[in-house]
Amino acid sequence: MTDRAAPTDPDIPVNQSRSESRRIEIDPITRVEGHGKVSIHLNSAGEVDEARLHIVEFRGFERFIEGRLLWEVPVIVQRLCGICPVSHHLAAAKAMDQIVGVDQLTPTAEKMRRLMHYGQVLQSHVLHFFHLSSPDLLFGFDAPAEQRNIFAVIQAYPELARRAVLLRKFGQDIIEVTAGKKIHGTGAIPGGINRHLTLEERDRLLGQIDELTQWCRDALKVAENYCEQHLDMLKSFASFESNFLSLVREDGALDLYHGVLSAQDALGHPIFAEADLTRFNHYLHEEVKDWSYMKFPFIQSLGPESGWYRVGPLARINNCKGMTTSEADLALKRFRAVLGKHCGHSLAYHWARMIEVLHCIEVIARLLEDSDLLTGERVIKGVRREEGIGMIEAPRGTLIHHYKVDEHDQVQFCNLIVSTTHNNTAMNRAITMVAKQHLNGQPNLDDALLNHVEVAVRAYDPCLSCATHALGQMPLQIELLDAQGQRLQMLSR
Amino acid sequence: MKKLRLATTSLAGCFGCHMSLLDMDERLIDLLQFIEFDRSPLTDFKTFRQRCDIGLVEGGCCNEENVRVLRAFRENCDLLIAIGQCAIMGGLPVMRNAIMHAEQPLNECLQTAYAPSETVWNPACRIPADAELPLLLDKVYTCAEVVKIDYQIPGCPPSADALWYVLNAAVQGNPLDLPPELIRYD
Ligand code: SF4
Repeated sequence: MTDRAAPTDPDIPVNQSRSESRRIEIDPITRVEGHGKVSIHLNSAGEVDEARLHIVEFRGFERFIEGRLLWEVPVIVQRLCGICPVSHHLAAAKAMDQIVGVDQLTPTAEKMRRLMHYGQVLQSHVLHFFHLSSPDLLFGFDAPAEQRNIFAVIQAYPELARRAVLLRKFGQDIIEVTAGKKIHGTGAIPGGINRHLTLEERDRLLGQIDELTQWCRDALKVAENYCEQHLDMLKSFASFESNFLSLVREDGALDLYHGVLSAQDALGHPIFAEADLTRFNHYLHEEVKDWSYMKFPFIQSLGPESGWYRVGPLARINNCKGMTTSEADLALKRFRAVLGKHCGHSLAYHWARMIEVLHCIEVIARLLEDSDLLTGERVIKGVRREEGIGMIEAPRGTLIHHYKVDEHDQVQFCNLIVSTTHNNTAMNRAITMVAKQHLNGQPNLDDALLNHVEVAVRAYDPCLSCATHALGQMPLQIELLDAQGQRLQMLSR
Repeated sequence: MKKLRLATTSLAGCFGCHMSLLDMDERLIDLLQFIEFDRSPLTDFKTFRQRCDIGLVEGGCCNEENVRVLRAFRENCDLLIAIGQCAIMGGLPVMRNAIMHAEQPLNECLQTAYAPSETVWNPACRIPADAELPLLLDKVYTCAEVVKIDYQIPGCPPSADALWYVLNAAVQGNPLDLPPELIRYD
């Protein structure tokens, strides 16, 4: 089908297709969400030239959403990504709020949505830390492949694993009661929400808070201890300076649902802070490269070479002035005491992520006590507009949805900049550094060495499902055969 | 008792079906006494270690890579089960097929995604095209259009209860038919 030979050694596919240079492939990257692969290019001396993270899937979403009705969008668009569907659901709903003329939701609607969102960040972070990344941290980057999965963690650390499973379940439960369903719910609608919380639901969730808060503290401890015990490694493993981008609350505090779009440089100096989110395209542009479906965003005033930045937990922790909940704020101070104010270590993402876990459960506890969730007006409407831009801090970073809708309620234009895309340049930089550091001069590249590269990718918790919403073109021919070997289709371009 | 070997993959899906698998929560821990995971995005086995009893496939086929993986699953799994709307009917990605009436549908999609615009900085008008990127198919295919599928579990995603029911039935050696209350189309 292509000029790439099928790998012979399943663990270390090496092929010679590029004449002089050698190429190593890690395909697929596992324990991340979605589809991606890494290619590592060696020069003729056998040293690493560059490592590239390829997003190999596409959806074509931005085109085929055209013509759909505005109320459908928050429901359809989340199907880009089953890991953080709530982020897409809410970002689309926020954009549609503007289109139906609503700038400020009712307190009931905003709090329900916040609860949904914090529930999802909790479940997503826990999933990422325990289900996907913890094998690397608990067993070591070079543990045998058999051991590097959540099932081995369940066997070796049954209590830790059970708590992780139940913590994630709690987040999923919150999503279920606010959105109607654990995955791909329907709770947020243009201008508000479609349900209240019932008393029973609230009491059931509140009843678990104390125990689960303790587990969140313990989970944070796991990440803190790991980072403190491996400080030297943290400082050398894919550590580099960068700009950081995130939403922050108007007063500078960390906020995951709404805020001012703020970018800071490696020293923490502001590059811009924009409260009017509809102006985001004055600040952020995206570059297209041949070898990935994922675009490469950059801060326009700095240009594509130096304007790239990072998003996600580490960016939020670096950019914020403080946390709005007491325990997380203390945790932030500890983080800064150890790693400094503007930390560039990729692995510090894990610590930052777990601070947010504790923050989420504190916010959830506070919200659950609020009677606005049980009663109050759910939806409002205002004067129709044509354009809406919804922004939210998804688990993996700033998520931007931009739509134009005509007077027949049909979508005319859509552009999405998903969290993972913002980290594109940073992830490529991280894997190139790690590949140079760990693979150069190694006569035998084994699976454990290659896992180091994946560890660097995993720190960013990339959601490759989200990143695949765009569509690209392939230059070759392809034929599709059915189960009997009959040709179904032949495509050439 | 010999453990069942299970492989899973996500083709052109959103990973939501895999999330639903994890939504089995504690039951997943129990199930591990009877089930062993082989190739799966949840493990680091990137190819099949052994022949598997069951393969769970999420998502349909939108590129050659998906077809290659799906065929490998058919070859290496005794029972192949399509989970979720995407695998069974194409799901969200299949919406691409609906714009095939356009004169140059693929080109339209490309232009929409990558042409220079308010935010896209692309002076050379580049469109991603590289030997590293798998070829796109002309349209999105369901799993059953490409290989023989033994069972389907509908839903977007199928509930954790439905997935648990099927895996549990397989472990017990019971027939894999879902009770009506666990069947949903959303
Ligand atoms: S069926 Fe639904 S949940 Fe499953 S992959 Fe498709 S969109 Fe995602």
